[in-house]
Amino acid sequence: MTQGFLSRNPSVLIFLLALSIFTLVVTVLSNAYGLDLVSTSMVKTLGKTLCLCLIALAMDLVWGYMGILSLGHFAFFGLGGYMVGMWLMYARTRDIVLSSAAGLPMTPQELNDAIATQIFGVVGTSEMPAVWAFAGSLPAQLALVLIVPGLLALVFGWLAFRARVTGVYLSILTQAMTLALALYLFQNDSGLRGNNGLSGLQNIPGLAWAGQDRLSVWFLWASALALGLGYLAATFIVSGKFGSVMRAIRDDEARVRFLGYPVEGYKLFVFTLTALIAAIAGALYYPQAGIINPAEIAPIASIYLAVWVAIGGRGRLWGAVLGAAFVSLVSTWFTGGRAPDLNLGFYIVKWVDWWQVLLGLSFVLVTLFAPKGLSGLVDLLTGLRPPSRRGAPLGPNEGALQEREAQE
Amino acid sequence: MRRLLLALAASLALSAPLCAQDAPSEPSPVAAEAPASGLAAVIAEHKADIAKPSRQSIAPVIAALGKAGPGAPDFLEAWADKALGSRKSDGAIFRVKKAGAGYALFDPVTGADAGEAPRAEISEIKPNAGVRGLIAAALIRFQLSDPDIAKRQAALTALSRDGGPQHLEPLAAAIADEPDPAIRAQKERMLGLLTIRFGTDPAARVAAIEGFGADLGLDFRAALNPLLATKRQAFNAAPEGNVAAELRPGKPGFSAEEAYDLLVAEGRAPARLTRADLRAALEAHIENGAVAGIPLADLDTPARRDAAYTALEGAGAVPAAATDDEVAQSVAAHRYADIYAEPDAAVTAAAASALKSVSLKVDAMHGADLALDALSLASIYFLAAIGLAVTFGVMRVINMAHGEFITMGAYTGYVVQQHISDYTISILVALPLAFAVTFAAGVAMERLVIRHLLRRPLETLLATFGISIALQQLFKNIFGTQARPLTAPEWLDGAWVLNDIVGISYIRIAIFVLALVFLGLFLFVMNRTRLGLEVRAVTQNPSMAASMGINPDRINMLTFGLGSGIAGIAGVAIGLFAKVTSELGADYIVQSFMTVVVGGVGNIWGTLAGAALVGGLQKGIEALNPSNTLAAQTYMILFIIVFIQFRPRGIIALKGRAAGD
Amino acid sequence: MTGIGKLLSGAALGLVLTAGMAMAEGDTIKVGVLHSLSGTMAISETTLKDTVLMLIDEQNAKGGVLGKKLEAVVVDPASDWPLFAEKARELISVDKVDVIFGCWTSVSRKSVLPVLEELNGLLFYPVQYEGEESSYNVFYTGAAPNQQAIPAVDYFLDELGVQKFALLGTDYVYPRTTNNILEAYLQSKGIAKEDIFVNYTPFGHSDWSKIVADVKALGADGKKVGVISTINGDANIGFYKELAASGITAEDIPVVAFSVGEEELSGLGEGDLKNLVGQLAAWNYFESAESPANEEFIKAWKARMGENKVTNDPMEATYIGFNMWVNAVEKAGSTGTDAVEAAMIGQDFPNLTGSTATMLPNHHLTKPVLIGEIKEDGQFDIISQTDPVPGDAWTDYLPESAVLESDWKDLHCGMYNTETKTCVQLKSNY
Repeated sequence: MTQGFLSRNPSVLIFLLALSIFTLVVTVLSNAYGLDLVSTSMVKTLGKTLCLCLIALAMDLVWGYMGILSLGHFAFFGLGGYMVGMWLMYARTRDIVLSSAAGLPMTPQELNDAIATQIFGVVGTSEMPAVWAFAGSLPAQLALVLIVPGLLALVFGWLAFRARVTGVYLSILTQAMTLALALYLFQNDSGLRGNNGLSGLQNIPGLAWAGQDRLSVWFLWASALALGLGYLAATFIVSGKFGSVMRAIRDDEARVRFLGYPVEGYKLFVFTLTALIAAIAGALYYPQAGIINPAEIAPIASIYLAVWVAIGGRGRLWGAVLGAAFVSLVSTWFTGGRAPDLNLGFYIVKWVDWWQVLLGLSFVLVTLFAPKGLSGLVDLLTGLRPPSRRGAPLGPNEGALQEREAQE
Repeated sequence: MRRLLLALAASLALSAPLCAQDAPSEPSPVAAEAPASGLAAVIAEHKADIAKPSRQSIAPVIAALGKAGPGAPDFLEAWADKALGSRKSDGAIFRVKKAGAGYALFDPVTGADAGEAPRAEISEIKPNAGVRGLIAAALIRFQLSDPDIAKRQAALTALSRDGGPQHLEPLAAAIADEPDPAIRAQKERMLGLLTIRFGTDPAARVAAIEGFGADLGLDFRAALNPLLATKRQAFNAAPEGNVAAELRPGKPGFSAEEAYDLLVAEGRAPARLTRADLRAALEAHIENGAVAGIPLADLDTPARRDAAYTALEGAGAVPAAATDDEVAQSVAAHRYADIYAEPDAAVTAAAASALKSVSLKVDAMHGADLALDALSLASIYFLAAIGLAVTFGVMRVINMAHGEFITMGAYTGYVVQQHISDYTISILVALPLAFAVTFAAGVAMERLVIRHLLRRPLETLLATFGISIALQQLFKNIFGTQARPLTAPEWLDGAWVLNDIVGISYIRIAIFVLALVFLGLFLFVMNRTRLGLEVRAVTQNPSMAASMGINPDRINMLTFGLGSGIAGIAGVAIGLFAKVTSELGADYIVQSFMTVVVGGVGNIWGTLAGAALVGGLQKGIEALNPSNTLAAQTYMILFIIVFIQFRPRGIIALKGRAAGD
Repeated sequence: MTGIGKLLSGAALGLVLTAGMAMAEGDTIKVGVLHSLSGTMAISETTLKDTVLMLIDEQNAKGGVLGKKLEAVVVDPASDWPLFAEKARELISVDKVDVIFGCWTSVSRKSVLPVLEELNGLLFYPVQYEGEESSYNVFYTGAAPNQQAIPAVDYFLDELGVQKFALLGTDYVYPRTTNNILEAYLQSKGIAKEDIFVNYTPFGHSDWSKIVADVKALGADGKKVGVISTINGDANIGFYKELAASGITAEDIPVVAFSVGEEELSGLGEGDLKNLVGQLAAWNYFESAESPANEEFIKAWKARMGENKVTNDPMEATYIGFNMWVNAVEKAGSTGTDAVEAAMIGQDFPNLTGSTATMLPNHHLTKPVLIGEIKEDGQFDIISQTDPVPGDAWTDYLPESAVLESDWKDLHCGMYNTETKTCVQLKSNY
């Protein structure tokens, strides 16, 4: 089976190989385990990029293969981050409180109150909200990383798909969902520190001895592992019969329904599964970023996610990964203020000001002229030509790549 | 002449230190020079306080000035108008006027020319708003019968802010010979209010209260409510004083805990032992790592701590804490009541009944005000969403850059105002220009981008989003990140006020009218013109329309331009009452989407219904939870997500074939 | 399809090269500038970046520091809070800057804090904030609540006789904490809890009709109403426009704002300003302050940025912080964090309003409190100015923090419990 699976999907081996080489190279060049040529902040950036690649993978599954343009997947990403962040904050604060305790040993209630004062003093309250009930336990919070976003996706998906909301409507609705969640979290009363969010997440309780240099590499490994596993799982899903049904739903939902497939069930399954992948990516991302707050799940983030996948090339998994890595890294470079100014003679282009304009326009150009995105470039390099089918509807929505994908 | 002035200034500057040196031995020069008029003497006496007044301490000075005879009102007015200055060298007070690089000085009492001084020599006297209020109150009695109607009006305004018992008599005296009927009515109303607040004769006060009937004025309620202020008290026997209500502990609204806390606060019972006190008491008695024989490590549960405390109590090391029985006993031993601060029962009864009859009306008015707010918000959403609905209805294209078109309209208004300084004309120019600019931008976008993506709606969504981020950043690069002013013409200043509760600003009314105009215009174009006919045909079935000789490309282009143009006009309207920044449009885009989705596409009435629902809902939720506007937005979106469950195609959905896209 | 591998390894190589290049150090002292140049906060923060660059140029013209030229390293955290932490790490560990001037919002500061404390960096934070913090690695040159909010409330109570308060704020940490402190303070002054109305609105809120009507209705029980506004940024414009339209004057309902300065007012036209005359703002600096140093500062700023650019309070805080840092480096003879930290405490520098700022052991400044009334030209009429008030890191009006004290000179602790006489923690809460 495995043999067959891999031979049917040669891209998996190449992808995994490239990923391991990349991880190995970064490790060797890192501060903690090698030549100290790549700074810790760079390792963190790369680790975070891998997490973004993972959520791009999820986005590609749900959009490129299933045809649901979800503008809300960052909600699940953020929720995953929040769930892990709650434990990180609680446990770190508990260590601080215990280490500074004097006099009588604390009752559990006193300990809880002291932790609450420390965590919520910043936002002007000192009571532990009910949502933090499990924050003291790592396994419980890790389970919640999957449970909370999974449930949200399940409920939302069930409501939306049952009502047969499709197309642009569905996109707007997912956007409304993530906006509602962001606004809810922005409120202080929601118990997750409002606009301040959860911070100091990079300090892992119990691992203070390791230092950020080593932690960053470990998280890079974890992110690479998650991405590799995610890639395997995604390939497995899209390559079998299930994948064929997914593509069929994307191309013509009504026909698939008439053929007797439970379209809503398929959609719900994929939507929830990708929400889970997004949540895992988020849970790995935020301990590297160090802080999570509601702005992270504002609708714009999810739209950028769609941009990455579109630029990378949707409808193929490694395209999405490539797009996320490429666009987010280039974005970081241009907005960092380090890109040299471009002197046009009559006007000096400062990239900090003009990068967004460039990104927006190049995005328009990609959708107009290169619907396959960057992965189209790779096709050119490898001499692969899409089947020329003049007259017949072309483009991913109409299933131009069906034949090609069937071979993969 | 100039030289002369300079010399004068220099001599003043030179003489100043001399004066300062002399000051201790002689009375201050102003006082010495002053005529026998008391005012100058009073000013000189209080010059330090006048120069740096504080509301807390200035009252006696103002009173003294007020009594100081002729010239006092003028001096007080000048003081309140920040037209006085004090000379730094000796603190003498002058009226000052900026002249060239320095100040022209005038005598504070007579207004006679007193030379000039360089800027560094004079510090301007700037009494704060509180002091200015006191000055205005002191001026009231001079102004109540002033021949100048503006001054009488000012006196009444000051009375409404800082009226006191001392004004009752002068006000009553000033009513009879008041020539202006409007001012006279105001004076009578004010006399009534002052009588309610400060009158000494209960019968007169009750009569005054009843004289107002169910008046909606804020000032009437403001006069009544303080009369009904209560204080909660505990009594050993029957409650004394003007009792508002007697309370029984344990009943809703007054728990036994509250009763005991009241007793503690009044010093009638000992405080209960709190957990923190308990902890502190135990910590004070740690001996050899144990408290009362219980090892420290065991003291991490409340039960063990109680045990330790009881042990300490037994040893007499700590005072005995009140037990639950004792608490219950002392609560039961007292009676509790809310007592009016106002001693006269007749007055409080009249006030309570007046307030009761007003309150129902007030609630209704609040409802009406809320409805106006909702209507205004709905008309804004309608204006913002109408263009979106048109393009979506005809072309099935969601234009994510719609918000940026709104911004573009607002910036057009700003640019026009930079060139045309008359606000009325500039708005009249800006509205059509904004339409033209955004129309052109819309047409360009349709030709260059949308046309090539017509059968790929999801990709249009993304491509227009790309345009949106590019445009937004472009605005930032051109206009900067700061908010830009866009000012409404003067005739739109202020608000239409029905009474103290219901009111709405003229700008909002103008936006409402604008929305109505566009609704009418839109209906006209759609139902009465050739273009409208063609648009409706393309909306229903593009290919059939094409085969009838309609050019769908042209129609698409025109509708897109039209939709964008309306967005531009909405931008000018929104810019007038909010801020003009590059994010202006983005703030409204989600609400616009909601409006379109809720309303249903392809029908202007749907958009109208959607806007009304979204706007009304938002205001309604805001009213339920006034301290958190953010929550209102959250719940509104949740409601819409649920709403879509029941009407996936919106309130007014297209029927028949056209719906099956 | 091996292209991906090539691409990725190529990217890795590129990273190595850039990293290596950044290692090379010149004979300059590097100053990091960590202000958002894009995104929502760019409106406020860009000005501060320009201020730091101007100060650096002026210092270099005077011969630099310790005989070395100063070199600015400007990065853009793009109003993205996690990016603040990332950029701070990059500045300290890759660019090897000796000091960072940056941050505006509290959440961005909280994001940077752990990085600073881990890598022992140095940050100068120039904005008024909610207090409840004192880090070894941060110098707070903006106002703490007792240097802005509390005096403004005192002014309301004593000078204007306000008896009922509406605390309006944008929903984020600074208004939340400030309002929390103010509620406790007002209650300690005998204002009943029912007489304090609190409302929070989202960033950029523009529909103020309901809230203004609510505030107006507060006057129904005959008490004088005052508004304490912690509304942030451009949301103020809509608020003031609505206020002006509803005919509320400063005499009826005074409004004192903590986040409205000359810059924010420039977003209002003359027509609107006319209706706002007399409304208040509390700061430690106004452009209209009269002092020779201020005149010089304004002149240099306008010469550099253009005639219609205004100056504001955070710019003054940056000015004081920068000059104190220069003096501290000269005094310490090195740019090392520990040496500079020790030299900073006790530094004196004349501020722009005519008095002297002193750096206290709790890393806060002494600052005069100024209250200004809005004038028709968008400037402020200073009607009250106190002597410099020492900044208090932990407020005295909340029970949890009343017992805390910060002293980096003698106690070497930013969070010292004076009751138990222990250092609660050396690092900060974030």
